[in-house]
Amino acid sequence: MRHLLRPTDFTREEIGELIETAQDIQAHPEKYAHVADGKKLATCFYEPSTRTRLSFESAMIRLGGSVLGFASADSSSASKGESVADTVRVVGVYSDIIAMRHPKEGAPMAAADKSPVPIINAGDGGHQHPTQTLTDLLTIKAEKGRLSDLTIGLCGDLKFGRTVHSLITALIRYENIRFILISPDELRVPDFVRHDVLEKNGIPFEEVDDLEEAMPKLDILYMTRVQRERFFNEADYIRLKDRYILDRSKMKLAPEDMIVMHPLPRVNEISVEVDDDPRAMYFRQAEYGVYIRMALIMKLLGLEAPKC
Amino acid sequence: MLNISGIENGYVIDHIRAGKSLVIYDLLNLAEYDGQVAIIKNARSKKQGLKDIIKIEGLVDMDLNLLGFLDDNITINVIRNGEIIEKRKLTLPEKIIGLAKCKNPRCITSVEQGLKHEFILTDPENRVYRCRYCEEKYEEENR
Ligand SMILES: [Zn+2]
Repeated sequence: MRHLLRPTDFTREEIGELIETAQDIQAHPEKYAHVADGKKLATCFYEPSTRTRLSFESAMIRLGGSVLGFASADSSSASKGESVADTVRVVGVYSDIIAMRHPKEGAPMAAADKSPVPIINAGDGGHQHPTQTLTDLLTIKAEKGRLSDLTIGLCGDLKFGRTVHSLITALIRYENIRFILISPDELRVPDFVRHDVLEKNGIPFEEVDDLEEAMPKLDILYMTRVQRERFFNEADYIRLKDRYILDRSKMKLAPEDMIVMHPLPRVNEISVEVDDDPRAMYFRQAEYGVYIRMALIMKLLGLEAPKC
Repeated sequence: MLNISGIENGYVIDHIRAGKSLVIYDLLNLAEYDGQVAIIKNARSKKQGLKDIIKIEGLVDMDLNLLGFLDDNITINVIRNGEIIEKRKLTLPEKIIGLAKCKNPRCITSVEQGLKHEFILTDPENRVYRCRYCEEKYEEENR
């Protein structure tokens, strides 16, 4: 039985297949409307993340399946001190596949060890969020037509932003990838990313703190939010959160075919005036998130589209 | 009379970093072992100044390879009939289960007491172990 705990649990080829399925789903949704008839997805969310949960639920419903679950720890048995392993043993009886969100890192791994059904990690603390990474890869492939030969600018909180770390780790498996890491000094990528991922694999990258200067060189600009909960000191947060604000004037510096991505929710790092720019991809990214989750559920449940 | 200079059949765990012998004593669960065990602290060594040595009488089955996780400078001499029949160099074990604790307060192992702490060797060249759950690095100074 396969689970998805980290983005690299799948080979490059498997990710290619998932993306292919997702793109076929987008083109021919009717073909897939009943592939999961009678199957049940349980969403076990030990912390609220409405967006991610609804994305999973929408994916399962569009495949013809149904959903059950809980949306926060206080509505679950965790508040009574039950281990995640015990919970999934029970929930696995009620369902065919589980999407788990948990504030503690590695919780989905502990669950997968004992689960009778496939586990999808829907975010475990600051650790991994593989379906976000798959969403990002599908967005890039669909909008740029390729996953190789790209210069990707990552901007904002590169220190605590797990989306950024996972995306870097996933993209270095493709040829000719370059990164421009745009952040204030305090929020630069951690050593394990700089050394173990980038330098060790000989990936070209530069670290800068100026967004304008980087703009003209980019195929993709990936913006991130500076999260209040990562700071001990409110003053630091206030100072850093407004460091980069993408607006119309900055977009003028970008190539015509650059795309802007963001894992959402945004606060103010992308001005609403950018939303109507055809290069703004963040809302479409949410749509791709549903397609890739549909493809993922099918893969883990061993479901196939009817040949027609 | 207790003979600590030599043993007939057993192991001599040598070149232990000075002061670490009790950690190894615990790690190998020697408190439970009913055979003869000698701990020599702060022995003088040409190679490393001071070192500790543990001598264990009896060729019992022990997972001595685990010691490689602690310190791969350690050597193990296997003694049979009073002679060293093997000088074992330690290799780094692939997995360490239940011996070291993950210190990451955000790790699932910090809240679920029933979970065994588990580390995987992810980078043998740099002797890096990571928690199987949260992937946090195991820090050398904790060893
Ligand atoms: Zn851990």
